[in-house]
Amino acid sequence: MEPITIHTGKGVALMRNDIDTDQIIPKQFLKNILKTGYGIHAFYDWRYLKDSGRPNPDFILNKPSSKGATILVTGNNFGCGSSREHAAWAIKDWGFKVIIAGGYSDIFYMNCTKNGLLPIVLPQAARDILAKATPEETITVDLEHQKVKYADHEFAFDINPTWKEKFINGIDDIDLTMSYEQKIEDFEARIPSFG
Amino acid sequence: MAQTMFDKIWAKHVITGETGQPQLIYVDLHLVHEVTSPQAFEGLRENNRKVRRPERTFATMDHNVPTEDIFNVKDVISRKQMDTLKKNCDEFGVRLAALGDRQQGIIHAISPQLGLTQPGQVVVCGDSHTSTHGAFGSIAFGIGTSEVEHVFATQTIWQAKPKTMGIHVSGQLPKGVYAKDLIMALIAQNGVDFGTGYAIEFYGDTIERMSMEERMTICNMVIEGGAKSGIIKPDQTTFNYVAGREYAPQDMAAASDYWSQFYTDDESAFDQQYDFDATKLAPYVSWGTNPGMAVPIDQPFPEPKDINMQKAYDYEGLTPQGQARDIDLGFIFIGSCTNGRLSDLEIAANIMRGRKIAPNITALVVPASRAIRDEAERRGYGKIFRDAGCEWREPGCSACLGMNPDQVPAGVHCASTSNRNFEGRQGAGSMTHLASPAMVAAAALHGHFIDIRSEAI
Repeated sequence: MEPITIHTGKGVALMRNDIDTDQIIPKQFLKNILKTGYGIHAFYDWRYLKDSGRPNPDFILNKPSSKGATILVTGNNFGCGSSREHAAWAIKDWGFKVIIAGGYSDIFYMNCTKNGLLPIVLPQAARDILAKATPEETITVDLEHQKVKYADHEFAFDINPTWKEKFINGIDDIDLTMSYEQKIEDFEARIPSFG
Repeated sequence: MAQTMFDKIWAKHVITGETGQPQLIYVDLHLVHEVTSPQAFEGLRENNRKVRRPERTFATMDHNVPTEDIFNVKDVISRKQMDTLKKNCDEFGVRLAALGDRQQGIIHAISPQLGLTQPGQVVVCGDSHTSTHGAFGSIAFGIGTSEVEHVFATQTIWQAKPKTMGIHVSGQLPKGVYAKDLIMALIAQNGVDFGTGYAIEFYGDTIERMSMEERMTICNMVIEGGAKSGIIKPDQTTFNYVAGREYAPQDMAAASDYWSQFYTDDESAFDQQYDFDATKLAPYVSWGTNPGMAVPIDQPFPEPKDINMQKAYDYEGLTPQGQARDIDLGFIFIGSCTNGRLSDLEIAANIMRGRKIAPNITALVVPASRAIRDEAERRGYGKIFRDAGCEWREPGCSACLGMNPDQVPAGVHCASTSNRNFEGRQGAGSMTHLASPAMVAAAALHGHFIDIRSEAI
């Protein structure tokens, strides 16, 4: 996993609440057995016109000004619904490195932590300001100091120290866990059995 | 200090880590399906890792399964995903209920039926509706594919313990009102993220009287309220359900005795607590594009409060102050891990017995598992559905999410016993209206929703 410490990039705002993972990546794209290649299908039903299959020019991610954006600013309860990690893969594959939302579903949040996609929580007032950033402006996310900076604004955010460390170091979870293998074995020896 | 049942089960599973921080917890049962597992198996292969406890792992095929002719998987990508699961299960020694197998079905239906799901466990699956298994008094939650890989390799998972919410439900459910209405009402009244960060325990006399299948319906849908898990205290109803099943404990007396330690000491142990009066409940129908956008059948649709609600009205082609009974239905779906079990089919069959569905309706009835289908056939429900004009299908997830050929056409409204009414969930451009099996069966006969409490079905 690619470590994140400080990230500076262009923001794009999709200010709807309760954006579910069916919207982020619809079912027909879950049949792949790989982790990559989902970016072109991200937000499919909003992004492409139903009749022609062409990009919908009104959808924010299709605007030329959104090209190269790496920070997604959005609403409350982002990533609710299905557990599909394909949603995190799709957003990452599109090119986003940071999401700034009012909140996340628990499963989607965990999926972000596994993919180096930094999920930040900021209140509505802060996100409303970030949403106004023009394509020429940049937003800086300083994970170490837990701050989001834009123009003259600076917003502090909370993050669990364990997940923070994972992002900063890009740790492989399974190796870390297997350093506790003896404890896992001891635990397994104590599990009651009723035949 | 008073502890919740959730706290007690959690404490029994902690391998390392401090309270308040992510902790490494042991997984007793890991359920697997074809959609969220291939990348996890591939990760094991790339790193020369094994499935640590294949005997604690069980896989099936459900999302991609064609329910008309299960052996004729026409979609080559679907077939590849299912073939990949078979190959992976063979290679890593994981038990698999494959297409046509007597054990096959929706993962959340078969695990309880086989006696795999038991009280006091930690159960995970790469599927958000894993919360279903909390009905047995277990900690059960959905995980992502990276976590699936982690559980394969280590039989453990890093998790921060959620807070706990207690919902005390009291009183007799009125006639025509079901467990589905109860969970839909809770979500409609409190929002689709009221449970985020929480495990919700349901208790009280209403819950105690419920069958395991009703309890599963409630825990299944807590994820639609944002909760990580639902959980219900294991009692004699639970023990009776588990006893004698294929993978149930041989020594049920000792097992029941052990499971009986899992209960909440008192309500002060919850981080939040609410009371819910079941006696005033009405049948619910969703009108919008998330499960919180739902109303009692006799109430008008609400005025839009924000852009999200307005967009939902635009998508559905409905208007505020409209009524559920006026929705122009063209399709009904009875099935899914929420309401595709035997008791759901029984309710629907009793309503459809000797009747015909309305001419404007295409009806799909899809049992949640092979075992449910066989029993429904034996009891004559299959014939009732076929005679009524429904398509009586083979088991699978079917039109709940339409990853298979079972999709609701664009522009068509569907009354559905499933769990999600997101835009395009049942097929691009389709519109889903969630309701109980009784409400959906009655809607099939009339061609539109009716109030099953007051109108002749």
